[in-house]
Amino acid sequence: MNAGSTAPLLSLSGVHTHIGAYHILHGVDLDVPAGQTTLLLGRNGAGKTTTLRTIMGLWTASAGSVRFGGADITRSATPDIARRGIAYVPENMGIFSDLTVRENLLLAARGARDADAIDAGRLRWIEELFPAMKKFRDHPAGLLSGGQKQMLAVSRAIVEPRELILIDEPSKGLAPAIIRNMLDAFRQLKAAGATILLVEQNFAFARELGDSVAVMEDGRIVHRGAMAALAADEALQQRLLGLSLGAHQ
Amino acid sequence: MKSRASLPYALVVLLALAALPLVGSLPTWATLTVAGLAMGMIVFIIASGLTLVFGLMDVLNFGHGVFIAFGAFVAMSVLAPLGAWTESASLAANLGAIGLAMLAAMAVAAAIGVVFERLIVRPVYGNHLKQILITMGGMIIGEELIKVIWGPQQIPLPLPAALRGAYLVGDAAIEKYRLLAVVVGLAVFVALLFVLERTKIGLLIRAGVQDREMVESLGYRIRRLFVGVFVAGSALAGLGGVMWGLYQQSVVPQMGAQVNILIFIVIIIGGLGSTTGCFVGALLVGLMANYTGFLAPKVALFSNILLMMAILLWRPQGLFPVARR
Repeated sequence: MNAGSTAPLLSLSGVHTHIGAYHILHGVDLDVPAGQTTLLLGRNGAGKTTTLRTIMGLWTASAGSVRFGGADITRSATPDIARRGIAYVPENMGIFSDLTVRENLLLAARGARDADAIDAGRLRWIEELFPAMKKFRDHPAGLLSGGQKQMLAVSRAIVEPRELILIDEPSKGLAPAIIRNMLDAFRQLKAAGATILLVEQNFAFARELGDSVAVMEDGRIVHRGAMAALAADEALQQRLLGLSLGAHQ
Repeated sequence: MKSRASLPYALVVLLALAALPLVGSLPTWATLTVAGLAMGMIVFIIASGLTLVFGLMDVLNFGHGVFIAFGAFVAMSVLAPLGAWTESASLAANLGAIGLAMLAAMAVAAAIGVVFERLIVRPVYGNHLKQILITMGGMIIGEELIKVIWGPQQIPLPLPAALRGAYLVGDAAIEKYRLLAVVVGLAVFVALLFVLERTKIGLLIRAGVQDREMVESLGYRIRRLFVGVFVAGSALAGLGGVMWGLYQQSVVPQMGAQVNILIFIVIIIGGLGSTTGCFVGALLVGLMANYTGFLAPKVALFSNILLMMAILLWRPQGLFPVARR
């Protein structure tokens, strides 16, 4: 798929973000085309998480603009940004551990007054993607394993249709079997036409999913292009991501 | 896991049972226990809003007592012209008068809560030191306003006729008003649990206490929710003020400040942000105050501080710690 062929659903232009005295993002330019999975890669501390949090309004950009679906959301409040159709899965998963799996899903389903009002078809789809969500439906989310919590976090993001899903390092700390499970789920999400901006450190995971890719370094985008091109160029991987030649083969 | 979670409930029973041999007389113990439960229920009504306010927005409101005092004074003003109802031997007329006083107290406390949140709390979100200083200042202003409106003196708030006196159960005297306090406290607890456990608003409050940033990321305006909880908590404190004033049978402008220490002990014991913890903590505090008041009056003043220390040594996050991000 050609990364540049679709109009961007999300567009960041010259975004700077300060956190207290620290200048984290230094003019980030990034386009996320509709219907594609865009990978945001980079070493630790490159500014990937800050980029997602700035998009969500959890940290306000000090300069530049964030546009979503043509509207300027740079200064919008987080709830308003979410209501425009952006789902966010943070790095820590943001699970409400005292609430049950079902209650976590109900909260994410803004249109549903109670659990019975959640779209049954969508719930079935989620339970097919992640059978643990059915098995542990009435269990406190805090008792789930790390992988199950990640599944719940992703389930929450898709329990209602969203135009864009931001996901921060979904494979972090997960066992290989769970990562394969996650990959399958994301492939199905892609097949369903979801637009995803995915932050990932695991290159093997990333290249399985990405249509386009942006690489960050020191708060800037230093590379943009098709994922297939980066996956095929080991020298570029080594230069941008510090991956050893032949890694993840 | 479950038995560990239910341990705090057992503490209430254990405390009551431990007091029995110390008190020595079963009727006296029964009287003290009902008095302790009644006091605990009133303290719970007052403190329940405060614990949610802290849990949701990390706001330390040392001015919560102002809602209690205003609630009690408004109730006194409403009951004063209703002498025909309060002096009637009819329980229904008495309860009607108290019900009106409660409604008025809750409405005024809620209105004060709106102003308090807007003018005093909102500018100091995220700064505990400023919160403590400015909310204490707010309470001092509230006290002074009460003195301006009703005067600085203590004013009697007699119980309605049908609620005076006690039922004799064997040799134990169970005061009628304390039974009413237990019933009202239980009703408030059940209502709060229903809202928190069975409604989406309650779900949002429970989630917001754990991770407000994530609640916002899901598209909910937590500030709006917080204002609602703050105002509801103020109204409950106003209701508690009515109950407390009738319990003491008098009102005084400083009553909010007097109760403040007790309610902070309760919400710390219970686990900041936990309604169930607040309920259990309030019962423990009520029972402890009444038993020690009878057994060793000189210890009574700091017995609840000792209770808090003991519980925090056992469970540093309180009896029902709220999982936070």
